[in-house]
Amino acid sequence: MSEYIYTITKKESLADSIFLMDIKAPRVARNCYPGQFVIVKMDEKGERIPLTICDYDRENETVTIVFQAIGTSTKRMAEFNEGEAFRDFTGPLGHRSELIDMPSEELEKRKILFVAGGVGAAPVYPQVKWMKDHGYDVDCIIGARNKELIILEDRIKQCVSNLYITTDDGSYGMKGNVNDCIKELVNNQGKEYDLVIAIGPMIMMKFVCILTKELGIKTIVSMNPIMVDGTGMCGACRLTVGNEIKFACVDGPEFDGHLVNFDEAMKRAQMYRSEEGKKQLKAMEGHTHHHSGCECHEEK
Amino acid sequence: MDVLKRVPVKEQDPKVRAGNFDEVCLGYDLEEAKDEASRCIQCKNPKCVDGCPVAIDIPGFIREVEQGNIEEAFHIINKYSALPAVCGRVCPQEIQCEARCIRGIKGEPISIGKLERFVADWARENKIKPEAPMEKNGRKVAVIGAGPAGLTCAGDLAKMGYDVTIFEALHEPGGVLVYGIPEFRLPKDSVVKAEIDNVKSLGVKIETNVIIGKSITIDELMEEEGFEAVFIGSGAGLPKFMGIPGENANGVFSANEYLTRSNLMKAFDENYDTPIIAGKKVAVVGGGNVAMDAARTALRLGAKVYIIYRRSEAELPARVEEVHHAKEEGVIFKLLTNPKEILVDENGWVSGMRCVEMELGEPDESGRRRPVEKEGSDFNIELDTVIMALGTSPNPLISSTTKGLKTNNHRCIYADKETGMTSREGVFAGGDAVTGAATVILAMGAGKTAAKGIDDYLRSK
Ligand SMILES: Cc1cc2nc3c(=O)[nH]c(=O)nc-3n(C[C@H](O)[C@H](O)[C@H](O)COP(=O)(O)OP(=O)(O)OC[C@H]3O[C@@H](n4cnc5c(N)ncnc54)[C@H](O)[C@@H]3O)c2cc1C
Ligand code: FES
Repeated sequence: MSEYIYTITKKESLADSIFLMDIKAPRVARNCYPGQFVIVKMDEKGERIPLTICDYDRENETVTIVFQAIGTSTKRMAEFNEGEAFRDFTGPLGHRSELIDMPSEELEKRKILFVAGGVGAAPVYPQVKWMKDHGYDVDCIIGARNKELIILEDRIKQCVSNLYITTDDGSYGMKGNVNDCIKELVNNQGKEYDLVIAIGPMIMMKFVCILTKELGIKTIVSMNPIMVDGTGMCGACRLTVGNEIKFACVDGPEFDGHLVNFDEAMKRAQMYRSEEGKKQLKAMEGHTHHHSGCECHEEK
Repeated sequence: MDVLKRVPVKEQDPKVRAGNFDEVCLGYDLEEAKDEASRCIQCKNPKCVDGCPVAIDIPGFIREVEQGNIEEAFHIINKYSALPAVCGRVCPQEIQCEARCIRGIKGEPISIGKLERFVADWARENKIKPEAPMEKNGRKVAVIGAGPAGLTCAGDLAKMGYDVTIFEALHEPGGVLVYGIPEFRLPKDSVVKAEIDNVKSLGVKIETNVIIGKSITIDELMEEEGFEAVFIGSGAGLPKFMGIPGENANGVFSANEYLTRSNLMKAFDENYDTPIIAGKKVAVVGGGNVAMDAARTALRLGAKVYIIYRRSEAELPARVEEVHHAKEEGVIFKLLTNPKEILVDENGWVSGMRCVEMELGEPDESGRRRPVEKEGSDFNIELDTVIMALGTSPNPLISSTTKGLKTNNHRCIYADKETGMTSREGVFAGGDAVTGAATVILAMGAGKTAAKGIDDYLRSK
C-alpha cells in the first residue's frame, strides 16, 4: 500500500455512513475550483469513482471529498483510514461553477438560493464558501430524510445570510421536502430569487426544476451520471440537455436544469444495479469465475 | 520446406479461445523463427523498409534471426522502434512491409510481423533491455499522453540525453494499448507493461493522473515548471455516435466505454470492482479494428454477436487477421446493413434495432463505392446490447486551453510534417491527435519525427 501517494490526511464521520476525507493531492489542490470533481481509484482492483470537490486547501495541498457508503465501492472506500492512501486521485475535472466567471456587477445583483439535498450539501459548500469569501450574500436550503442525515450545517451556516433546514420526517427544521421550503419562502415569505443552484439526488433536482420552472427562476443543477474516465473518452456519462447530447464530465457537470432530461438520466443511472449486485455476490463467494462460452451465461 | 509458403504460426483453437481472454496467436519458437527468416532473400534494395512508417532495418534483423543472434536482432529493431512486441502484434503488416515483400510476388510474403514479435518476446523473456542512453544534457521536455506516439517520442528524446516527463491523464500509461486493444490480442502485463518499462529504463519519468488542460496547462508547464519543449500525443479519444433514435437507451455503449471497462478496468475479471454488461445478443456497429475488438470481447463474455457494417467485406477497414479471427470465433457479419433506429423497451433498455439493407453505388471521395439504402428493405433484429464503433475524434481539452494552437475543422491539431512543430513555438504534436484515429505505427512514426524536431529546435535555441 505504501507506494500509493494520495494520502488520507483526515477522516471524519459526518453522519451514519457519510464520510469526509482530506486527501493530499498537490496538482489537484493547486488548480481546482468549486463545481469541479475528482476521480478516485482506491487500489488496483477499484472502480474509478467520481466525487465532487467539497473543499480544498491550496497551502496544505489537500482536497476534501465527502461520500456516502452505499455501493460496493463506496463501502470499501469507507474502510480506509487516516494515514492510508489511495492509488489514484485525478482532477480537477469538469467546468468550474459559472458563478466564478460571472462579472462582479452581475453577481452583486443576483439573488441566489442554493438548494442542497442529502450529500449534495458537500458540493454546495465550496460554492457558498466562495461567495462568502468574495463578499456576496446568498441563501441556502439543506434538506434530508431526517436530522441525522443533515451534514455540514455549521460550515454552510457561516457562509450564508439565511440557512433553512427541512427534513422529510420533521425531526429537524421544517417538516417537508426542499420544494415545500422553496414554496414557503417564495410564496409566503416574499423572498425573491433569480437563480437557484440545486445539487442533490437526481429525483430531487428533477422536482426542484419543475417547481422553479413554474416560478420562472433559472436553475443550475450538478449532474452525477455513471462515469468511467471522466475525460470525455467513453461517453458513459452522456445526457440529453435541450436537444443535444452532452458529456457530463467535460461539458458539465453543471447544466441548465430546465433543459436536462432527468427521466432518461435516472434510467441510465440504474444501468449497473444488477451487475454490481452480481459482482458483489461472486466476490463474497470468493471464486474467480470466467465466462466460458454461452453455456454458463447467467440471467441478467 | 516450401520457400513459397510461410512457416505457419500456432494459434489457440477458435472454439476454446472464444471463451477466454488469453492471447489468440501463440507466436513462433526459435526454430520456426529461424526457418521463416531463412526465406528472406535479403534484397539489396529492400522494399519492405519503404513500407515501414519507422523504416526498421528489416533485412538486417531478419539476417540475425536466421543466424540465431536474437539479442543482436533486438538491438537492431530497437534503434527504430521502442515497442516491437506491440507492433509485431497489432501493425497492419499486410498493407505495409509485407505488402512490398518480393517473396510475396510468387508466394507468401515473409511473416515480418511474427518475426518482429518473436524477437521482442525473446528479448523480454531473456531480460535483454534496450541500450542505455548516453549522458544526460539536463534539458527538460514534457510529453503529453503515454500512448504509442508519446512513448516513442519520450524514448527517443531520452536516448538523446533529454530529461523527459510524460504526463498521462489515466491511471495507467499505454493509451489505446491499455484501454482499447484487448488482452487476447495484446497482453497487458506481459507485453505492454514490459515495453513501457523499457521506455522507463531509458530514464523517462511517467506521471499518471495528470490531465493537461485541467490539472495544469501547457503554458504553465513551460513557464512554471521549466519545460523547454512540449510534445502533444493525446490521441483521438472522443467517441462518435450516430445520432439515431434510441441511442441513449440503457444497453447502448460506445466501443471505448465497453473496451475500457473490459481492458483498463478488467471488468471481465470478477475480482475487479468495475461492472460490465455482458449482453446475450449484441450488435457492434462499424467495421474497423475497434469494432472487431468490441465484438470479440462481447463474444468472450458469452454473447451472440453481430457486426453491422454498411459497406461490403472488401471495404472493412480492420486488419485482415482480425476479421478472419472474428469469423473463426463465430461473430456473425451483417454487411451492407445500416442501423436506422435502436428499439427500446418500456423500462428504457435496448430491445432491438431497425436496420436497412444497403447496396454499393458510385465511388465517393475516398474511392470506395458509396453505400446507398435499398428502398423498403427495413428489418428488425432482436438485441439487448448495442456497441457503437464509429470512430473517434481528438479531445478539445488541450487545444481549448493552450494559447495559439491551431486546429482543423475535425479538431485535429496542426503540426508540420517535417518537424512535428505546431503553430506554437516549442510545442510539437503527433499521432492520432494530429491525424485523427489511425494506427499504432503511424503514431510512433510521428513521435519519432517530433523527437528529432524537438532536438533540432532545442539545439538551435
Ligand atoms: C480498440 C482499438 C483497436 C485498435 N487496433 C489497432 C491495431 O490493431 N493496429 C493499429 O495499428 N492500430 C490500432 N488502433 C489504433 C491505434 O491504437 C491508435 O492509432 C494509436 O494508439 C494512437 O496513438 P497515440 O499515441 O496517438 O494516442 P493514444 O494511444 O490514444 O494515446 C493518447 C494518450 O494520451 C492521453 N491523454 C489524452 N488527453 C490527455 C491530456 N489532456 N492530458 C494528459 N494525457 C492525455 C490518453 O489518456 C492516452 O493515454 C486501435 C484503436 C482502438 C481504439
Ligand atoms: S466519463 Fe467517459 S466520457 Fe464522461
